[in-house]
Amino acid sequence: MDATPHIQPDAESPYVIDVSGLTKRFGDRVVVNNLSMRVRRGEIFGFLGPNGSGKTTFIRMLCGLLAADAGSGTCLGWDIRTQAERIKPHVGYMSQRFSLYEDLTVRENLDFTARLYGLKNRAGLVAERIVHMGLTRFENNLAGSLSGGWKQRLALAACTLHSPSLLLLDEPTAGVDPGARRDFWDEVHKLAAGGVTALISTHYMDEAERCHRLAYIAYGDLLAQDTVEGLVKNSGLVTWSVSGGDLHALSEALKVRPGVDQVVAFGNTLHVSGENEAAIVAALAACAGGRERRRIETSLEEVFIHLMREARQS
Amino acid sequence: MSFDIGFAFSRFAAVVYKEFIQMRRDRVTFAMMIGIPLMQLILFGYAINSDPRHLPTVVLCADNSPYSRGIVAGMQTSTYFDVAGEIASRAQADKALRDGDAQFVLTIPEDFSRKLLRGETPVLLLEADATDPAATSGSIAALREIVSRAIARDLPGPAADLAATSLPIDIRIHPEYNPEAVTQYNIVPGLMGVILSLTLTMITSLAITRERERGTMENLLATPVRPLEVMLGKITPYILVGYIQIALIILASKFLFDVPLRGSLLVVFAWSFVFIAANLSVGVTLSTVAKNQLQAVQMSVFFFLPSLLLSGFMFPFRGMPGWAQVIGSLLPLTHYLRFVRGVLLKGTTGLEALAYIWPIALFFVVVIAIGMLRYRKTLD
Repeated sequence: MDATPHIQPDAESPYVIDVSGLTKRFGDRVVVNNLSMRVRRGEIFGFLGPNGSGKTTFIRMLCGLLAADAGSGTCLGWDIRTQAERIKPHVGYMSQRFSLYEDLTVRENLDFTARLYGLKNRAGLVAERIVHMGLTRFENNLAGSLSGGWKQRLALAACTLHSPSLLLLDEPTAGVDPGARRDFWDEVHKLAAGGVTALISTHYMDEAERCHRLAYIAYGDLLAQDTVEGLVKNSGLVTWSVSGGDLHALSEALKVRPGVDQVVAFGNTLHVSGENEAAIVAALAACAGGRERRRIETSLEEVFIHLMREARQS
Repeated sequence: MSFDIGFAFSRFAAVVYKEFIQMRRDRVTFAMMIGIPLMQLILFGYAINSDPRHLPTVVLCADNSPYSRGIVAGMQTSTYFDVAGEIASRAQADKALRDGDAQFVLTIPEDFSRKLLRGETPVLLLEADATDPAATSGSIAALREIVSRAIARDLPGPAADLAATSLPIDIRIHPEYNPEAVTQYNIVPGLMGVILSLTLTMITSLAITRERERGTMENLLATPVRPLEVMLGKITPYILVGYIQIALIILASKFLFDVPLRGSLLVVFAWSFVFIAANLSVGVTLSTVAKNQLQAVQMSVFFFLPSLLLSGFMFPFRGMPGWAQVIGSLLPLTHYLRFVRGVLLKGTTGLEALAYIWPIALFFVVVIAIGMLRYRKTLD
């Protein structure tokens, strides 16, 4: 029925998402500000940023749920502003909130989705997905009766049913236990190995580290876009750890020292980071004489908190 | 064969099928669809009354005398009757009554004044469109008094004395279409419109709002399904529900209230489609405006209440002030009531009924167009 060609118009382009200057306003509030981003084919692209930073709005603009106020770009080679109807059949979108029908069973939900995409051999495809995603024992349960983790799996099953070339997953693992999260990510990596591109927004650092590349967005602005290693390296942050007793007092003392950007407690150690290594060493020498201290790798979390603070100041 | 922006029957069918499953699971709504018609039938089936005035009346007068002129003038000043004019033939009288142009036809026979002056008892015939007995009973009751006053003023000497004690005129009332003046005959077919209006508008107003409130709209919009497919897919199952309600009410009319069914049920079923569609379009359109399900219900009450009060269901249409009649004329229920009463009680044919159906069709087109425009913007 659907005559939409299944080859993309620009199959040679290495970029599945290629947008520039994308802007969205709600009234006077700029939610996404002049955002440019490129995502390569087969990449798992992590999308991070504080709550309300415009991640969801950006993802919605990519799949035609919202119209951009300014900017241009392509998604799978089609213009996001004029060809949303061509993009939709090739995108699997999973919204932040569970958005399948709670009063339909697992099987009915998948069947409905398959019908909307006009898939051939619907029954076979749905049955295969149910088995593949381990949903067999729930197939006749109402979707509303599933636990969070299983709902997530069902949603992933539904949004991959039509073999999309691009997955847009908006905080797919929020509120899901670590085991289910790991399974979920294993599944995403399997799909990526098969050539599917995925853009995933998340708040979890361990998930961010499982992405090929990352973008960090805050208050509508794109602050950084790189690999995990690149982000850490380019942040210019240096981190030292210090351990010993009475870390609380030490933490308070360090926080007010010049050059100390962040002090974070991890059990019996403190991670102290800042842009100027000499200043940190000096601060530690002054406040933490006699304690064991050493230089460690800066983590993503410190990089992001650093980015967010800088964005807030400007 | 479908074009890129086209309508795919398979996707439309998917939405229809899904709606049916959800309808089956939603016990409360299901109960509402069957329960409300029954409840209203029982409750409303009994007492609604009023005393309208200025009812259009035509006079078929074969007796040109001061007495007949006096009676007509008296009717006019009583405010019960609005004498629209005289007509020349029996056929015109029947047509005026049947088409609803006149509520009453007064026939004054040619020997009226002659018999009156001779002291014989002349006859006055008042034919009434009594489909709604409430609309005519007040006027009919007043007629005797009006006539006796008019006569007493004009009669000479001894005849006047006679008239003062007992009216020397035989006033015959023919309540057409509902001769026994059974209120239920009018109320029950009218209820058909009211019930369809209430339940269909309310249920569909929840349809899209529910998708948005539960977050499923976001998923739906991200798939290739088009607005028209969603709208029609959501409406279609309820068209069936509407027909079940019509069947239920017709059965109740027949077996519970003994309403005589003069016209063709086929005509009722066929043309009701337009009315059902009009109500569903209101519901869907409201649900594109409403922010949540509660608002949707409130808005449908805003639509339903004027329909109930100004359509001629609650109060006889001709008894309402001009502004209320204007608003009433915009509402599909007003025209549908005339249609159903016309077909069931007067035997109006399918072709004649077109006069009632086109305003409903126009209403549908306008409202669904608004709904389509609104739907596109939903997530923005």
